[in-house]
Amino acid sequence: MNLQNKLTDLKRQALSEIEQTETPDKINEIRVHLLGKKGPITEILRGMRELPKEQRPEVGSFANKVRDELTNAIDEQKEKIETLLTAKRLENEAIDVTLPGVPVKTGTPHIIMQVIDQIEKLFLGMGYQVVDGPEVEEDHYNFEMMNLPKDHPARDMQDTFYITDQILMRTQTSPVQARTMEKHDFSQGPLRMISPGKVYRRDTDDATHSHQFHQVEGLVIDKHITMADLKGTLAKIAQTIFGEEREIRLRPSYFPFTEPSVEVDVSCFKCGGKGCQVCKQTGWIEVLGAGMVHPNVLKMAGIDPEVYGGFAFGLGPDRFAMLKYGVDDIREFYLNDVRFLEQFSQKG
Amino acid sequence: MKVSTKWLQDYVDLKIDPAQLAEKIERTAVEVDEEYRLADGLKKIVVGYVQSKKPHPDSDHLNICQVDVGQEKSLQIICGAPNLEADRKVIVALPGSRIADNVKIKRSKMRGEVSEGMICSLQEIGFAESVVPKEFANGIYFLPNNAQPGDSVYSYLGMDEAIIDLDVTPNRADMLSMRGTATELAAIYDKPVHFSHPQVTETAAEKTSDLLQVTADSTLAPTYLIRIIKNVTLKASPLWLQKRLWNAGVRPINNVVDVTNYILLDYGQPLHSFDYDQIAGKHLNVRLAHDGETLQTLDEQERQLRPGKDIVIADQQGAAALAGTMGGLRTAVSDQTTTIALEAAVFDATRIRQTARRHKLHSEASTRFERGINQKTVAEALDAAAMLIAELGDGQLTKGILKAALAEPQDVTVKISLDKINQVLGTNLSVASVKDIFQRLGFQVTVAATDFTVVIPPSRWDISIPADLIEEVARIYGYDNLPATLPTSVLTPGHYTYQQRVIRQTRQLLESAGLDQAISYGLTNNKKAQRFMMEPSAVTELSFPMSSDRTTARMNLISGLLDDVAYNVARKVENVALYEEGRVFYRQADQVRPREVEHVAGALTGEFTPSTWHEPSNGIDFFTTKGIVEFLLKSLGISQACFVRGDSHEEMHPGRTADIYLGEQFIGFVGEVHPAVCQEYRIKRTYVFELDLQQIIEAPKQAELYHPISKYPAITRDVALAVDQTIENAAIINCFYDHGGKYLRSVQLFDVYQGKKMAANKKSLAYKLTYQAQDATLADEQVNQDFERVLGRLEAEFGAVVR
Ligand SMILES: [Zn+2]
Repeated sequence: MNLQNKLTDLKRQALSEIEQTETPDKINEIRVHLLGKKGPITEILRGMRELPKEQRPEVGSFANKVRDELTNAIDEQKEKIETLLTAKRLENEAIDVTLPGVPVKTGTPHIIMQVIDQIEKLFLGMGYQVVDGPEVEEDHYNFEMMNLPKDHPARDMQDTFYITDQILMRTQTSPVQARTMEKHDFSQGPLRMISPGKVYRRDTDDATHSHQFHQVEGLVIDKHITMADLKGTLAKIAQTIFGEEREIRLRPSYFPFTEPSVEVDVSCFKCGGKGCQVCKQTGWIEVLGAGMVHPNVLKMAGIDPEVYGGFAFGLGPDRFAMLKYGVDDIREFYLNDVRFLEQFSQKG
Repeated sequence: MKVSTKWLQDYVDLKIDPAQLAEKIERTAVEVDEEYRLADGLKKIVVGYVQSKKPHPDSDHLNICQVDVGQEKSLQIICGAPNLEADRKVIVALPGSRIADNVKIKRSKMRGEVSEGMICSLQEIGFAESVVPKEFANGIYFLPNNAQPGDSVYSYLGMDEAIIDLDVTPNRADMLSMRGTATELAAIYDKPVHFSHPQVTETAAEKTSDLLQVTADSTLAPTYLIRIIKNVTLKASPLWLQKRLWNAGVRPINNVVDVTNYILLDYGQPLHSFDYDQIAGKHLNVRLAHDGETLQTLDEQERQLRPGKDIVIADQQGAAALAGTMGGLRTAVSDQTTTIALEAAVFDATRIRQTARRHKLHSEASTRFERGINQKTVAEALDAAAMLIAELGDGQLTKGILKAALAEPQDVTVKISLDKINQVLGTNLSVASVKDIFQRLGFQVTVAATDFTVVIPPSRWDISIPADLIEEVARIYGYDNLPATLPTSVLTPGHYTYQQRVIRQTRQLLESAGLDQAISYGLTNNKKAQRFMMEPSAVTELSFPMSSDRTTARMNLISGLLDDVAYNVARKVENVALYEEGRVFYRQADQVRPREVEHVAGALTGEFTPSTWHEPSNGIDFFTTKGIVEFLLKSLGISQACFVRGDSHEEMHPGRTADIYLGEQFIGFVGEVHPAVCQEYRIKRTYVFELDLQQIIEAPKQAELYHPISKYPAITRDVALAVDQTIENAAIINCFYDHGGKYLRSVQLFDVYQGKKMAANKKSLAYKLTYQAQDATLADEQVNQDFERVLGRLEAEFGAVVR
């Protein structure tokens, strides 16, 4: 048998062996055995010395070809094995992707604060400032500056927690407006403000009454403010809180600090006005009170009612939240049951 | 005010569906609580004639009646009413009928006898207990004898009249009367009113002034009038009057009382009737109560009058009535009364209001005196009442009306321009349409160019300034017709103040740290208000609290949060992490108003993150809580806060509480609630913090600057130190930094060990020190030198031994 035939035999045998190899170790072993210094190819090439000189290049090149072919076959098989092994490993690593993810622990803002935040953002965008004021107030600011002198019948509308004859827990956030009006420098521009915060009434707590609740009152004073401006502003509030499609309507009412005074209804967000439980079949829900600032209120704050005028409104975030989310007991807001608080974690 | 549309029809011609009328009133005048008929929901309730009654053989109180209900055959009905009489007309609920509260009546058997329906009381067909005449309170009702058997009962009882219940606002007291409401509706619908006016006939021989003398302080009673009616027989009022009363929610009593109530509803004028024969000295005087004066009022209460404050009507014996609120028992009209002295007056509103408040005597009358009454119809109302009492009680009026005081009602003139109206409303109304509105309201108007001079009659005493007129124009014109715009002046964008921004960031930070926001009550009890306080303070207390739970303004937030934790734990919610941001109220003893300070506090109990299939639970301890506080402070730019052991808080665990300082300033604390307090709230270990947010807002903040990151490698050294247990980590860390050399970048505690491998009273603290130079690669020798030196220092200062 000549050397070429030997090489051809070797190649055939080796290729079949390589093809059947399944582990990386074995393939390395084959590589060392076949292509190593003591391997059969080297052996065969050593036998070339006995050939005539003119035959040597031909055989040499044939041998190199076989070596290259085998090297390629080994590399290919090795890659094949590794791909298979990786696939197997990944298969073993498979998990049940339907198991729940690890919860991210974050807290939830109180639902009333979410309502207040929404209202604040709306009014900041319309150029209002947010003004805070004391919760323990003077009768003077809470009532008298609001055109509610002592022994005015309308004081019955707001039962009050008094600390002393002159000091009380504020029943509304409008005293903040009185304080701000007194200080405002109209040469610097109009006054546009909202005052959010806690208020207190001498009430027994039940599902619909709370001795503590929240208010956001708004006030705009400038030279040419109209009731139409008030109507437009109120529509904005209703649409921001209860949805873009909402309409409002005004009904006459009475507040000592505004004249005219109106009660504001918003078209029912539940039934769209057809009538349902939420709106007591009327299609409308009473949501806030408003009016044009009473000239006495302006005068008392040192503002000339002949030159300036404005509007004011007041709304209850507690009531808004009750309506919007269907909360049927106002006490829920102040008991802080975690299961209650965490229901309102949706953002945006 | 319950307004019967039928009564209204007497005064103004309104052929309008009552529901629409109610809607119109609500949109134009005052709020409407309800629109209804007493007959609503009832079915098949008819007049019956009791032909006969005989006792039920098996009952000691039931009767078997044969009742004609206008059908061919009379019905047998079993009835247990004690006042049942034969030969009377009664209310019958036929089989298949529906009575009050949606109860259905069926043919039935009662102790063996068939009953084909039910003979009803007024309550059973839906009358409120409070309006049923006393004589029918405990039995069935008798219809008039001319009632036709088989007819529906509703019209006999006025139950078919539509009632509109008005919620009259304090400014619209003119609508607290039928005539006022009619006037308003006439304006709304642009219709005329036609009121009847009494024709007085004085048929008694005596002159009133010969029988009685009246005097009044006209500052207390600007108008005080008396008429006397003689020979009055007290009896039940006719049905037409009773119907008007009960439809207005008033119980019929007798003809005299009913007439005064009727006139009150009709004119809005409260009246009081005295038994003339009981008036001592035949002199009535309106004055203020004297020192020590008492009065037994109609409700049989002996009342201590407020000297110099309560207005009384006095006779020779002293106070005989509390003006405008309640009469006295001594001079009250009784069954024996024959001569009535009838009072119509106007009293000082403020004093009546105070009297009603102090004596808790709010009534229909006092409400009207407080809110004002039509000064123009005081005398007319008195005349109408006197004539009706005479008519219904077969009496006679004496000659003349006594006038202790009589204020002449004045018209009020208000000027306003068209421009002003359109400027305030944002409208474009014409002179003609504004003039028309004023005229519809019954105001006299004169127009010069675009200026109106408006004369307002005394029936609208709520109108006195231009703004009042603008409101009238707006509501009659219709709020729906106003345009909707937004204020148009130059817009400067609004923004939060720095303080408001920090407060809102604080909320967000604590939420991102995993705490839910709580809002607790600002008022609490005295004890809870004064716990967990951060500075000494006097309490701010309510003068008349509603309950013992809410008496005092809080001086800490933790108490409220612990209430919340307890509420959750009691409901099996074991894992609670809450924070609250709000005010506390500190007061110096000599101040009346407290200082309101923004605080933020947290309370945590149970597991911070509960165990899942994936991870074990993460419990809450001092260090999780402290970590939250550190995160908050750092995020708010407070990097220099220092935590020192705080064992002086009574309500806190003395060994597990840290006071937090910013320089010399105490800004809050964090720690474990004292087990005794936890036990009181029935909660397990709970960790809390409270911070003075105001101080944090005001504290100087570290400016955020860029620090170049060194390009050169850092070298680290780990060291474990054995020290006495009392040595605090903070002291060692400080020593490292103070004496660690200029290349020391950071010191990090990575292990704390105390246990078997340590001597008693010793603990091991392990630190990783990182050295780095900004401009060169450090050599080991440089670091070693510094490292050895600081270890020496630690040994000298704290006896720290390297392990
Ligand atoms: Zn609805």
